[in-house]
Amino acid sequence: MAKKIAVETTLNGEETIFLCEPRQTLLEALRDNLGLIGSKEGCGNGNCGACNVILDGVLVNSCLVLAPEIEGRSVVTIEGIAEDGELHPLQQKFLEHASLQCGICTPGFIVSAKSLLDDNPDPSEHDVRLWLAGNLCRCTGYDKIVRAVLDVAESDA
Amino acid sequence: MAGTKQNGTGKLAANGQNGYKVIGTRPVRPDGVDKVTGRAVYAADVQMTGLLHGFVLRSPHAHANIRSIDTSKAEALPGVRAVVTAADLPVAEDKIEDLGEGAINLKYLSDNILAHEKALYHGHAVAAVAAVNPHVAQEAAELIEVDYEVLPPVMTVDDALADDAPILLDTLRTDSMGEIGTEQTNLASFFRHQRGDLDAGFAGAHLVVDRTYRTETVHQGYIEPHAATALYSADGQITIWTSTQGSFAVRGQVCEILQIPVSRLKVVPTEIGGGFGGKINVYVEPVAVLLSQKAGHEPVKVIMSRADVLAATGPTSGSNVRVKIGVDANGKISAALAELYYEAGAYPGSPVGAAANVSLAPYAIDNLQVDGYDIVVNRPRSAAYRAPGGTNVAFAVESVVDELAEKLGMDPAEFRILNGAKENDRRPDGLQYARIGQIETVEAIRDSEHYQSSLEGKYRGRGIASGYWNNWGGQSSATAVLNPDGTVNLNEASTDIGGTRASIAMQLAEAMDIEYEMVKARVVDTDTVSYNDVTGGSRTTFATGLAAYNLGQQLIKEMKSRLADQWDVGAGDVSYEDGTFSAGGESLPFVEAAGLVQREEPLMASSTVHPQDFGPGFSTQCVDIEVDPETGKITILRYTIAQDVGKAIHPSYVEGQMQGGVAQGIGWAINEEYIYDDEGHLLNASLLDYRMPTALDLPMIETIMVEVPHPAHPYGVRGVGEVNIVPPAGAIANAVYNATGVRMDKLPISPANLLEAMWAQEVETAELVPGDD
Repeated sequence: MAKKIAVETTLNGEETIFLCEPRQTLLEALRDNLGLIGSKEGCGNGNCGACNVILDGVLVNSCLVLAPEIEGRSVVTIEGIAEDGELHPLQQKFLEHASLQCGICTPGFIVSAKSLLDDNPDPSEHDVRLWLAGNLCRCTGYDKIVRAVLDVAESDA
Repeated sequence: MAGTKQNGTGKLAANGQNGYKVIGTRPVRPDGVDKVTGRAVYAADVQMTGLLHGFVLRSPHAHANIRSIDTSKAEALPGVRAVVTAADLPVAEDKIEDLGEGAINLKYLSDNILAHEKALYHGHAVAAVAAVNPHVAQEAAELIEVDYEVLPPVMTVDDALADDAPILLDTLRTDSMGEIGTEQTNLASFFRHQRGDLDAGFAGAHLVVDRTYRTETVHQGYIEPHAATALYSADGQITIWTSTQGSFAVRGQVCEILQIPVSRLKVVPTEIGGGFGGKINVYVEPVAVLLSQKAGHEPVKVIMSRADVLAATGPTSGSNVRVKIGVDANGKISAALAELYYEAGAYPGSPVGAAANVSLAPYAIDNLQVDGYDIVVNRPRSAAYRAPGGTNVAFAVESVVDELAEKLGMDPAEFRILNGAKENDRRPDGLQYARIGQIETVEAIRDSEHYQSSLEGKYRGRGIASGYWNNWGGQSSATAVLNPDGTVNLNEASTDIGGTRASIAMQLAEAMDIEYEMVKARVVDTDTVSYNDVTGGSRTTFATGLAAYNLGQQLIKEMKSRLADQWDVGAGDVSYEDGTFSAGGESLPFVEAAGLVQREEPLMASSTVHPQDFGPGFSTQCVDIEVDPETGKITILRYTIAQDVGKAIHPSYVEGQMQGGVAQGIGWAINEEYIYDDEGHLLNASLLDYRMPTALDLPMIETIMVEVPHPAHPYGVRGVGEVNIVPPAGAIANAVYNATGVRMDKLPISPANLLEAMWAQEVETAELVPGDD
């Protein structure tokens, strides 16, 4: 078994230090070492977006980042989306629009949508569909997800 | 408030609310907050002290004898706690059992968990390891030495039925309408449904179209891979935490495979990240139990990789389908023949039986014959997939119907209305319909703004198609506990894949005339309620909802009875209206009554149901597409669904089933397929290469909910989950014809397949296209 190393990082706004094996992905470290189970593994090779997190302001597949790579950097996961104990507007609109069925892809979609709206607060339907093309949902046909994201953008406008 | 916001986009085609207070509203689901915050616990999220991690070694060959397996090097690796092979499984009997997910031969069930003598597909499990972490488990598995004798693979219907075909299963004999054959074979079974006079029907026809189609293997594509954690406790009690459509189906299968009584196994269903029929069969659950037992009674978690999910679970059958339909000069169908050859995968059990029911179900036909063939091939054992078997055959039938309408000069919607099945008509297998809404769905499409609009432009086309699904009743059990504050705990065992906690709780709230928020619905384990069939067959809102309705009736009846005692009046004298009990001069709101009636004795109710008179579902769909003449890529421009939903309990979740079913159908129609090389190796076991629709591939999907209430349910519920996957392939194929003049005879209508077909028919494509390639 590989020797573990210590990683210092900012996780959902909190200074954090944790141990991991060099071969562990960020996704594995979040889930198994840090107990943050909201990021999901749907494919393990960057094709489904269920593990998406925001790394220094950039949307990434956490399954394609090695855990030691977040040394000195800032990571936001689904667990860090709600603010001050209140659901984020995306979380609220996903509920109101019935944008989830099984819910396994939902954390990844919400993280991705937040990343979109951070960069582009007034996206068109095409912008939303293009940005979210890196997240797979097999239940909804995307209609209600896209509507929820557009609704949040319009509410904030 | 958010809870009852009318934010859906679907149109209710019929009369809307019918006086209901809760039914027809769109409240937030009870599990919603956990699912948008990342707190919901799915199968891979289970954690516990001392947890070991499993890894399954799989066959690199599609068809091979297993001569020997040497696990000694794996066992010697530090950190390894257990290694298991098929030798650790009890010897299974060669007999058929119904374990709540359809009849299956127990030997095949066991062989699919860990291969005994033979590996029958690329990815077939052969051994498994438990270790201190998943990396060590994988390293150890790679040290296991398996000596294979590689055999020629049998990949298709045609391969399997060839005279000199290699045989997959030594003991398999064809079951031909109950007669068992004597020869070795890959044809597991044959059946025929027949009525009227087929020859006379065709002989008298004005026009006959006779075509043969091919569809490829596709996967359910749930985003959550299979995962299970098992604890084989030192006292012999076993617990499995798993993601499943049916916790009791898991209990039944695992107990048969491991030869243990059901009393020793508790199955705890976690949240489930999609199933679509693919999370009924067990895969890693028995392996986790064996590993836990062998690893000194420590808990073991086994998570499948995506590649393993694609290679070894699901998929649904590829098929060859022949359809021949004759019509008279007025367009009335005079005779119809369907021949269905379905690939079962490595073990018998394709959905060809259900496919036969679906095949010609939307039409009233006096003279018909449907033949079904269930054929084993060296692909994964096929599993149910949303309206199992339906999409394959509907693609064929709806293509033929469209061609007939075109040749008759009839509008395709009018053709379907003229020939549409209605009450008292019969399904291909003879089942007689009660009140159904097939014709209403076609009329809704015909009258829709979409269908009435014009579609202009070269390489653009519109198509429509209809589809049928049986739906199901099945067995459900549930309990309801009345709390002193008037809330109700609803305990049910139907795992919630798409919002059924809400749709079931809403029926209880309606039955008790209380607010939806007063009902706390939860999904419980196999020790807590009685037997419950799978979340499948579009049965859950119908049947478990019926149980919830019964619970509400019982609780109100008992409350009335207890209040009558309190008030010293006859039980029949207490009335309950608008949330208030009253009798004589007394009256009491529900919430206060809930406390009062339980001062002396607590109150709970239980209900078990097994409804036989479930209502079938129909859907008719309209699609506009554009074909890129350079690449052959299809763009979906517009899509409208009209479905007979019976009664939409939670319209947003009904719309979601409609849109989701169509999205899967679109993927099946234009992209998805298993691609194998000549040796039977699966070449596209990733979500990059097994290409499911993304948000960018689809438009908004318009929904028209036609409400033809099902007469045998108190609220008129029919199943809504499955039928919408049935029509898309046919609708898109018909749109492709109208866009290009090409009638596709195979799925998927992928860019390569479509371009090839356009070239073959010398359709004008792009200048880049080589003329004679």
